[in-house]
Amino acid sequence: MCAYAGGSGATAEKSSAPGLSLQNRRSFLGALLGVGSTFVGALLSVPLIRFALFPLLRRTTELKSSPVGAISDFSPLTEPAMRTIQIEHVDGWRKAISEKAVYITKDQQGQLRVLTSVCPHLGCTVPWNKEKNQFICPCHGATFTPDGSRISGPSQRGMDTLETSVQDGQLLVRFQYFRQLVSGKEVIG
Amino acid sequence: MLATQNKESNAPASSGRRLWAWLNRRTGLDTVLETALYEPIPGGARLAYVFGSALLFIFISQVITGVFLALYYVPSADHAHTTVAYITKAVTAGSFLRSLHAYGSSAMVVVLFLHLSQTYIYGAYKGRRELLWLSGCVLFALILGMAFTGYLLPWDQRSYFATAVGTNAASEIPWTGESLKRLMRGGTEMGTLTISRFFVAHVFLIPACIFALMASHIFLFRKAGAAGPINENPFEPKLKPELFYPRQVLMDLSLTSLLIVGLGVLCFFVPMQLGPPANPADTQYVPRPEWYYLPVFQWLKYWHGAASVIGILIIPTVLALAVIALPFLDRSIERRPWKRPIAMGAYAFVLFVLVGLGLRSQYLDKHDAGIAQQLVKQENEQDEFMRKPFQPELSSASLAAANVALADPLAAKGKTIFEAQSCNACHGDAGVGTAAAPALVGIATKFPPEQLTSLLKHPSSKMTAGGMPPVDLPPDDLKALITYVESLK
Repeated sequence: MCAYAGGSGATAEKSSAPGLSLQNRRSFLGALLGVGSTFVGALLSVPLIRFALFPLLRRTTELKSSPVGAISDFSPLTEPAMRTIQIEHVDGWRKAISEKAVYITKDQQGQLRVLTSVCPHLGCTVPWNKEKNQFICPCHGATFTPDGSRISGPSQRGMDTLETSVQDGQLLVRFQYFRQLVSGKEVIG
Repeated sequence: MLATQNKESNAPASSGRRLWAWLNRRTGLDTVLETALYEPIPGGARLAYVFGSALLFIFISQVITGVFLALYYVPSADHAHTTVAYITKAVTAGSFLRSLHAYGSSAMVVVLFLHLSQTYIYGAYKGRRELLWLSGCVLFALILGMAFTGYLLPWDQRSYFATAVGTNAASEIPWTGESLKRLMRGGTEMGTLTISRFFVAHVFLIPACIFALMASHIFLFRKAGAAGPINENPFEPKLKPELFYPRQVLMDLSLTSLLIVGLGVLCFFVPMQLGPPANPADTQYVPRPEWYYLPVFQWLKYWHGAASVIGILIIPTVLALAVIALPFLDRSIERRPWKRPIAMGAYAFVLFVLVGLGLRSQYLDKHDAGIAQQLVKQENEQDEFMRKPFQPELSSASLAAANVALADPLAAKGKTIFEAQSCNACHGDAGVGTAAAPALVGIATKFPPEQLTSLLKHPSSKMTAGGMPPVDLPPDDLKALITYVESLK
């Protein structure tokens, strides 16, 4: 792009510089050349600009929503249920597929909520403890209620909820990582 | 300069002119432009002289499109094709720019041939122009080198097999051939090292040489002066000169613009295709080089065994030396083609042989039912690949994870245990490690299975201090867990 613009610019200079001391005919030809090459240069720089600005025009990275299961499966839920989801992360021309455990649970109002299993303290995977009816992190003992609220331990906040959506009766979740060791929920990356 | 300044101080100059005058005082641009534009052309401007400028402009276009393509291209055997497919199918204007670059190389070869022919037929290499001709010869070879090295980079079937044939041909050169082939390929086989080598040659080495050679070519051209028409004396021009600017500049730029716009139209309506990714195991693929290499390709078919020394080494070397030595051998100042029967005869003969070889190659392909059928099949496979939407490449980490599960049922069971026992809680999913515990990836290289089993049952004091509990599992489950952990890479 730049060099094309530069090329046409140079031509424009060619035309105006000697034009100062030359006849009108030459100035006219010079101007014609300048305008012509600027036009061709500009025309050719359009695809170059579009090519370079592609990440502004389209999404080049994308975290796709992952299906968790049919929403009807979760209505009789009495305690958090663990599901392993496949996360597809598109990064330009490549994609990474990883697996991650999430918990489907209900909030105080009985609405479905999906929690990440990553502990907001230091990132360990938090298992559900059925006997104690709590989430208990095996690393440093942070505990959380069935809906993910903080009870005790080193974590400064409750377990993180994930963005959900419903499509054709399927519960979809958008998996994200959040900053650890802080009291507020802050998306990383 | 002085006159310009005085004139400006008398009249109220516009700010644009004042800026120009200031730039001039600081840089001397005026002098540069004057030198560039006021070059005398004996006998006046002609359309026949446009090819040199056209080459320069197409080369600039190649550099610009090349730099832009590098925004998305990755030179490695496992990513090259995906990234070119991404450029072609996903990136806006990607197909157009890639086509412009690919067709640009053909245009470069065509215009190079026209430039060379014009110089040869007009006898413009005569009279103090030996070095100019020599630098042109080197540029010729470098541009063919660019075409050869660039062709491989998309790493599709066509480019892979064409380059395999091209590098194989090098091995036919007696004595040094095999080493030369290995040097070009970065090994005995074509692979990711070949791409690296071709990429470095295509993007750094050859362009650097072309820049240097082009600069000296233009410098030597200006030093010797334009040769003018065929009736001009190559040593002492006698015809009335016309300055390069404006008529020759106008002709050069018009024709170049026409050429580039023509290329643009071609790229828009008939974009360059990309075939399926290179598959070295495809034993049926019939490789064919780009059209301008067809004569060489056909020529090589005739020389095998002991005779190859003649066909592949002696004849091309003699021809190349004759071309290089031309201005030293042909010392007469006669430039009119009809007075130079040997030179013109040689030109016609070489042209005839090249075109004949190219046509012969095409003819043989069309009249061999098996080959013709296979070539159509390859064409169809290419069309089919182009119709498919872009598929992102699965990252190697995802593949490894998937492979473990598929390849070994014991490891798959181990993965379930790893997660059920909350090992991943501290050691991370797929053992990548967390703040609480170290990564297990690659642990197989540190601990053999027996040692790992004993460590899991009786953790060391350091492990216990870090919070690692002893693992208490039935032997079968423990074996599965160990298999999984040892498979983490």
